[in-house]
Amino acid sequence: MAGELSGILEHVDRIAKLDLEGVEPTSHVVELENVLRADKPHQSLTPDVALAAAPDPVDGAFRVPSPQAEG
Amino acid sequence: MAAMLELTAVEANEAIAAGDLSADEYGAAWAEAAAGDDLNAYLWRDGNGDGEAIAVEQPKIAPVAVKDIFCTEGVPTTAGSRILQGYRPAYTSTAVRRLLDAGAPILGKTNMDEFAMGSSNENSAYGPVLNPWDRGRVPGGSSGGSAAVVAGGLAPWAIGTDTGGSIRQPASLCGIVGLKPTYGAISRYGMIAFASSLDQCGPLTRDVRDAALMLSILQGKDPCDSTSVGLAQAPQLPDREDLNGLRFAVPTELARDSIEPGVREVFEATLATIERLGGEITETTLPHAEHGISAYYVIAPAEASSNLARYDGVRYGLRAETAGDLVEMYEATRAEGFGTEVKRRIMLGTYALSSGYYDAYYGQAQKVRTKIAADFSAAFAEFDFVVTPTSPSIAFGLGEKTADPLAMYLNDFFTVPMSLAGIPAISIPAGLAEPEGGGPQLPVGFQIAAPAFAEQKLLDAAYALEQAIGFDAKPGGAGG
Repeated sequence: MAGELSGILEHVDRIAKLDLEGVEPTSHVVELENVLRADKPHQSLTPDVALAAAPDPVDGAFRVPSPQAEG
Repeated sequence: MAAMLELTAVEANEAIAAGDLSADEYGAAWAEAAAGDDLNAYLWRDGNGDGEAIAVEQPKIAPVAVKDIFCTEGVPTTAGSRILQGYRPAYTSTAVRRLLDAGAPILGKTNMDEFAMGSSNENSAYGPVLNPWDRGRVPGGSSGGSAAVVAGGLAPWAIGTDTGGSIRQPASLCGIVGLKPTYGAISRYGMIAFASSLDQCGPLTRDVRDAALMLSILQGKDPCDSTSVGLAQAPQLPDREDLNGLRFAVPTELARDSIEPGVREVFEATLATIERLGGEITETTLPHAEHGISAYYVIAPAEASSNLARYDGVRYGLRAETAGDLVEMYEATRAEGFGTEVKRRIMLGTYALSSGYYDAYYGQAQKVRTKIAADFSAAFAEFDFVVTPTSPSIAFGLGEKTADPLAMYLNDFFTVPMSLAGIPAISIPAGLAEPEGGGPQLPVGFQIAAPAFAEQKLLDAAYALEQAIGFDAKPGGAGG
């Protein structure tokens, strides 16, 4: 895979040579202003539903292996 | 029954509304046709015996096949990935909700390249989709399943997603119509994210009128997607018959690259048809469009590397069995759950966003994106449309391009610039071409791009051209 990634990066590198000094970057094409939704309570997913697809749900929480290796 | 499956979705809906066709009988006929899937096009089908279904209150219009990237409550949604095998979402995407509200039953969920990354459908964890025109060839991607079911008579119409060409290219390779609307026309809520600033839902249909109707059902602002804006007016069914006074631009930068001779021939013939209908053809220049692939393969993987961080084996999806700690679990889950192409793009994206390389790659690519959008704006100041072949090639053989990811990426050469600019573009079948080395003739798509939110104008012109081309070839037809 390392060789493939190098090949892709070589192709991508073509744009590094373009003179784009002073050009504004585009992160998003539609001009939008941020909006906040109305601060009204609404029914969100219940804990049961939110946990239904979890690999290891326990007591209303997601159980994961310990973040610290033992020993 | 066979006759009812010949109807376009628009015709069937009109017959149902007039009381001449029973929506239930029509839906059942399509469910039976879908059950005959021998293209590996469906990952899940309604009535497959698992007892799960996507409920529609009262069937009123033609049933739809949905790309497996759209969340459907309680029904498997995999995005073509092993990491989401068996995943059942807690909610339904807005696009599917709108279809259900319009009275469209959901026939099934269609196969796709994993997380929509690919141009051949060979990156699905569930095996490739076969092209109904020639089962030894790819249907295109990433919405290959949605294109194959429509072309192969397994669904009347379908929806897919397009990030850099994933609706238009498979539509081209399967001989059907594929529309990528303006970014923001359709809500992305519940559509599994690949590259959020590019992803857009759209129709894959037999003809342009079906695409117009599907777009009118799907489009609209959605409070659940703050980037959705909808269209100022729902599209009307097109009925324009000429192209009088319309100016079509052919970008020289895109036309000179390696296009297969058969594709070029159909493209040239289509330009002649446009002129016959009263349209004007002029060469123009989009100086930065040829850098689209480079910019796209920085921006899309960068966004993907961030979006796909959520698959960690904690809240849903696959968790790898390990004896180790949390980090080992993350690593083993992602190593096991993601396919090669997804891993490649996560690495590319992470690299492009890393400190020290950010400006050279991601920053530069975003500036190229600005220049590409500006090129299109300049072109649209003079012309109504920009036209190109949809894909430089006809459907290629299974396995032919998998060894060279860059060659695969170059399939998107004509479709990526429009995605980066956020503008609408449609692919319509324009003719057939002989594959090198013989075999059945294969479809060639013609792409028309329009300014942002000019969908009605785009559909009107595409319809006029479609009628004049009169493409009526079908898979397995003469010569097949």
